[in-house]
Formats: sequence, structure tokens, C-alpha cells
Amino acid sequence: MLILECPYCGVKAEETELTPGYEAHLKRFGPGSSDTEFEDYMFARKNPKGVHFERWRHVYGCGKWFLAARDTNTLEVFGTYPAQSSAPPADLQDKIKAKRPDWKGYK
Amino acid sequence: MKRYSVFAIAKQALNYHLGWERAWAAPAPKKAYDVIIVGAGGHGLATAYYLGKNFGITNVAIIEKGWLGGGNTGRNTTIIRSNYLQDPSAAIYEKARSLYETMSQDLNYNVMFSPRGLLMLGQTHHEVRGYLRTVHANNMQGVATEWISPKRVKELVPIINIDGPRYPILGALYQARGGTARHDAVAWGYARACSDMGMDIIQQCEVKGVTSEAGVVTGVESTKGFIGCKKLGVVVAGHSGQVAEMAGFRLPVEAVALQAMVSEPIKPCMDVVVMANTVHGYMSQSDKGEMVIGGGTDGFNNFTQRGSFHHIEETLRALIETFPMISRLKMLRQWGGIVDMTGDRSPIISKTPLGNCFINCGWGTGGFKAIPGSGWAMAELMAKGEPGALAEAFNMWRFKEGQFIDESVAAGVAH
Repeated sequence: MLILECPYCGVKAEETELTPGYEAHLKRFGPGSSDTEFEDYMFARKNPKGVHFERWRHVYGCGKWFLAARDTNTLEVFGTYPAQSSAPPADLQDKIKAKRPDWKGYK
Repeated sequence: MKRYSVFAIAKQALNYHLGWERAWAAPAPKKAYDVIIVGAGGHGLATAYYLGKNFGITNVAIIEKGWLGGGNTGRNTTIIRSNYLQDPSAAIYEKARSLYETMSQDLNYNVMFSPRGLLMLGQTHHEVRGYLRTVHANNMQGVATEWISPKRVKELVPIINIDGPRYPILGALYQARGGTARHDAVAWGYARACSDMGMDIIQQCEVKGVTSEAGVVTGVESTKGFIGCKKLGVVVAGHSGQVAEMAGFRLPVEAVALQAMVSEPIKPCMDVVVMANTVHGYMSQSDKGEMVIGGGTDGFNNFTQRGSFHHIEETLRALIETFPMISRLKMLRQWGGIVDMTGDRSPIISKTPLGNCFINCGWGTGGFKAIPGSGWAMAELMAKGEPGALAEAFNMWRFKEGQFIDESVAAGVAH
């Protein structure tokens, strides 16, 4: 069972307490953007077999959205961080890099 | 290939059944083929079969990283139906269902197609309105479905509880010629027929890269070396995104786990397939007597072929109210498969940005029922280089143009 620590209330929550929200750090495109940008924003997802960054909501807890770094191939969780982050924290990125040397970075 | 028949069984019986030949050959890869299909699951093998049968293209290799039929073809709940809302979906799923009707004869292989009838329960007023709309659409599309009353549901499924209290049965969408088939046999039957046409099925051979020249595919790098081809068909379900990346393009798919389970075998108690979409559960009884039960997908990306544990309880809890008699059944086995979900929950059968490279993916949670229709449409696309009527609407550019085939609303979760 997937267990994520909510970065706000510190609860180690298992997945029945959480709602998944798919890919994190999406750049939003709206009116005025090109067709390709809008299509990418709406439908093209990273879907990596390996390190992935996701949105989760602690729905049966503090109710807040947060972000998590996880390996989709092993279900290992690297860490969680607040939803207000525009990029994964540097120490988390270092930790992932140490564990997955061939990881190409979050971009 | 020696035909299977009652006479063959009688002849082999005299010889202690030692004379049966292998169902398909296990050749080493040649240097090059006219067509390479990546993925020897149902869809890949069906594509190869119809390339040979409908278009006479038999210089074909089907390469598979595991064993044939070992992915989602062997991991589903074997349900076959075609009661879809949108015209392009109804067309391809009904084509598939009609091909299942004669598949055992066509392949000379018993796929145990059992058109036992399929019910989709209406358990909320919303659902009733949705299914009435689907029945009307199906009547226009030439797909035989009808709306039946709770009383008729109870007659067809004596073990069902129609009174609720949470989710009473308000009626059901009934497709009398829906049903099930033996999933492994579908892959094995196609494999045997492909091998008989001279095609090479190469198992334990993983694709590591796709090579191209001037924007046109030239072959694949695999764990058994380079294999050249003039046309490439990618039919790999859960790993479509990974193979597409090797070919240099992106797909609008995400891979998630979908799981199913079977109970201990019990005496015959339900001779139809029942789907309860409001509570996310569907159930049928196998010929061995096991209750075959499926639920919804997990909500996060996953490549482990292992679903979330709590979904087992959720699925069973939901079904127990509708089928009180299963409450004391022990679950025997549980398994997961990796399904590739698109934005509109409809598949992709399409040309790609790479020349002579074609993709068939995105079947999500509903691939098994579509196998023959999908192979039929994909073979036409690969042979002619342009999609036919069945595949046209399923191109990968529909997301850019906003021309969705929106079954995520129409079919709910149990797709």
C-alpha cells in the first residue's frame, strides 16, 4: 500500500486517505496559446517508467494539495513537498539523483 | 498444420496422445521482414493474422518481450460486448463481437466464445437515463441491445438483490449476444494460425530501439539483435509510451494498474455477465465455477502489474450489496495489468509522425473484447498505409483537433 507523508500536517497517510491528482508541475496554456501547446497541456503526459512527480490531496485529513516524487516502476516514494513549489526542492532532487544515477532530471 | 477435429482426437487417443505437433514454431529472427509487429498479445497477433488473411502479407515477425498472451490478454475478465454510445466505438466493437461469433471455426481453435448475455445495471436515475440513450444509439447503429425491467433482471440473475437499499436495481441495458471467451485461447488460436501462414513469432525478445532513415522506419534494435522491416506496428498496451519514445514521438496515454480476481469455484449460479458501473464492479462465472470479478483502475501511474490492495475490498464491498450470496466466498487469486489510458478513454489506431510506423494502443480497460476488430482495422491500416472506415476516427491527432470519441462519459469506468 502506498504511504505518503503529508508535508503540511505531517501525517503518514496511506492511499485510502488520499486522492491522486496525476502529473505535477504542469505549465498551463489557455486562450492565445498555440494548438500544440494547448494539446500538450491538456493531453500529453510524461508517463515515465521510473521517477515521476505527482499531485496528491490529503482529502480525509487536512484537505490540502501537495506534491510527491515516486518511482512508477517500483512504487518507491522519494519524498513529498508543498504544492506551492514551482520545482522539486534541491535536496529531494539530489536524493533521487543518488538513488537513480541515470535519471535525467524533472524537466 | 494438422487440423484439430474429433477424428484427430480419436487418432491420437490410439497413440497415447504423443503425436500432437507444436501449436506454433519458435524460430530465430531473420535479418529482415516486410512487417514487424511489436507485441504478441491478442491485438498484435490479430493484426498479423488479418495482414495474412485479408491482404496476403505473410513475411511478418511478431516480437514479444515476455511470452505470447502474457500481458493484458491473460489478465482481463474476458468480457465481450459492443453496447457503446459513440458511432466509431460501436462500429469497431461490434465488428469484433461479430468476429468472435465465428472465431473458433475460422481459427480451427476452440476459443470457447460464450454469448451468454450481458447486463449493465441501472442503479441510479442518472445511469438509467444514460443507458436509455445508449439503447437508442445502439438501435440506430445496428447493435442489438434493449432496456429491461428489474423483474426481468431478477429472472435472468436469480442471485441478485434488486431492492437496495443503497443502490436498488432500476433496470438494465441488456445485450443478449454479449458474453465471454477463453482469453488465452484467443492468443493461442491466432498464434497457431499466424505460425501456419509462415509468420515468425519471436518470444523473449525485447525492443530496445527503433531505427529510421529520412523519417521512415528501417527496423528495430532488440535483445536478439537488429531486425530490419519495411513497416512497423507497435501494439504494446501498457508500454506504448516507452516504445513511442524510442520511435521519437509522444502519445497522449498514461499507464495505470487495473486489477481483477477470482473466487473459489462454486456450483453454477449465474449464467450471464453482470456489470454494475455505479459501484465499480463486474462479475461473471467461469466454466470452472469461479466468480470472475473486476473493478476500477487505480488513480496513479504504475508499471508494476500490481494494483492497490484496498481496491479488492472496495470492489467486493460494492458487489456484496447487489449479490449477498458472495459475502462468504473466499477469493482465490488476484492479479493486475498495466493499461494505457487516453484522454477520451478511446483507443488509438493511427499512423504516426514516423513514416511506415503505425500504432495501436490506448484500449485502456476494455481491450479484450476488441481484439479481432482491432486487428482487422490495424491490418487494413498497415497494408494500405491509410486507415479504413473502422480506424479513421481513432487517429492520434484527434486530441489536437478536439474530435474526441468520448466514451469516458458514455461507458463510465467499466469500459
